Amino acid sequence: MNIVMALAGVVIKEMYRRKDFYVLFVLTVVMTLLMWGMNFFDDTMIVGHIKEIALLLIWISALVIAIGTAARQIPAEREARTIFPLLAKPVSRGQVMLGKFIGCWLACGLALAVFYVFFGVLSGSREHLWPVLQWLKVFSLQWAMLGIVVSLVLLGSVVFSAPSANATICFVVVLGILLLGGHLNHVAAQQPQPLGTVIYAVYFLIPHLEWYDVRDLIIYDQNWLRWVDCGLAVLYAAVYSGLLLVAAWLVFRRKALNT
Amino acid sequence: MATIVETRNLRVEYRAQDSGTGKKVALKGLNLKVEAGEVFGFLGPNGAGKTTTMNVLLGFVNATDGAAFLFGVDVREPIARQRIGYLPELTYYYKFLTAEELLRFYARIFGIPRAQADRRIDQLLKLVELEPARRRPIKSYSKGMQQRVGLAQALINNPDLLILDEPTSGLDPLGRMKVREIIQRLKQEGKTVFFSSHELGEVETVCDRVAIINQGELNVEGRVADLVARHHANLEQIFLNIIGYQPQPAV
Repeated sequence: MNIVMALAGVVIKEMYRRKDFYVLFVLTVVMTLLMWGMNFFDDTMIVGHIKEIALLLIWISALVIAIGTAARQIPAEREARTIFPLLAKPVSRGQVMLGKFIGCWLACGLALAVFYVFFGVLSGSREHLWPVLQWLKVFSLQWAMLGIVVSLVLLGSVVFSAPSANATICFVVVLGILLLGGHLNHVAAQQPQPLGTVIYAVYFLIPHLEWYDVRDLIIYDQNWLRWVDCGLAVLYAAVYSGLLLVAAWLVFRRKALNT
Repeated sequence: MATIVETRNLRVEYRAQDSGTGKKVALKGLNLKVEAGEVFGFLGPNGAGKTTTMNVLLGFVNATDGAAFLFGVDVREPIARQRIGYLPELTYYYKFLTAEELLRFYARIFGIPRAQADRRIDQLLKLVELEPARRRPIKSYSKGMQQRVGLAQALINNPDLLILDEPTSGLDPLGRMKVREIIQRLKQEGKTVFFSSHELGEVETVCDRVAIINQGELNVEGRVADLVARHHANLEQIFLNIIGYQPQPAV
């Protein structure tokens, strides 16, 4: 475990020494604060709309950070050839994969926590309401969802050698699941056979990332999500992350690395 | 004497990039033995199979046939690499880390306790003369400094076997001399050094034994002094004869 945590530590250091996170955070802060000071058309629901936009920015930033960080891990190690001195130590490829996953996931969690603290302070200062437990539920669900995204991207990074190609493909897949994943069963019901069955199979096979999008919970102060549901969703994310990581490891362990 | 590095009928085949269907044989049944305390030079022209052999020993590439062992442990087991240090030909390190952070990272990988790691890092940074630059990111180092960080990371676990891939390539004469001094010092400490180099004068100076491979096959193996006496020539002339070099007549 020491090896895995050492590897994870390098990934976290890399994230906070790069500019990506700071740029996204500053953009989110600036855009949210600019809107916060305005009052469009005397809309009484303006705070809710601005919170919606702020959370959307947080979602986009978190996905960009997760995909960007995970996509470059293995390809950048191969391209910069840092993988060779690393694997010349008593480190297995499984440990490398696990270390990268934990590092990316923790780094995303740290970044996400910073975004949510900003959101919480802003929202609380305006509404004088502090539904911390609800924020925690939303945070934990989004973080669990990022676990699936990170492991999916790590699998992509051992299949596609170019980080940019991997990042683009993974971004399209993740957005596709978020926007269409929940509707695939309805689409399947309207299709002739065997296409309907194929779409149904895809529906049951893909990780349903859209389930983790519970922004309404804190925007409109709805208290419909139980902790047990949160726990089950986190378990679902852990199973999918695990399966994707095992697949990534199986591909990576067979890869010949020539110096 | 204990055998530290051993290859048995090692064969490595690659899919040929150009033909698409054919196979390229990089190693054709290589048998090698390096004993404890030896400085072993591994020589051959470009494309002879030196790097492939090192890649197999370090677990980067799996052998098609045969086997390789470090300290008697199959190289496919990560634990076989617990007592080795590896210095690649070019510096490949996380450039956003400082030298101190890089060494601490590798020390953690070897499971070296914190206090011991601190002492070891101080010693090594002094040895490679990077003490004043220890907190600067590696990306700001010159090539020579990066090569010295490489040497420090290869020694972090106080290895019993050091695998060096052209360790003096790209270094100035002073840097080369320092690397040679370090190799000699390691030899005096009873460490085993396995290194490939194109600098045959250097090999002749520091190595006890050499092996010359060409086209994936071992052509010569023996003590440097014996080879020189047997062929009545220096190592460079022996090397050129063995690989079949014919000087072109002057036009």
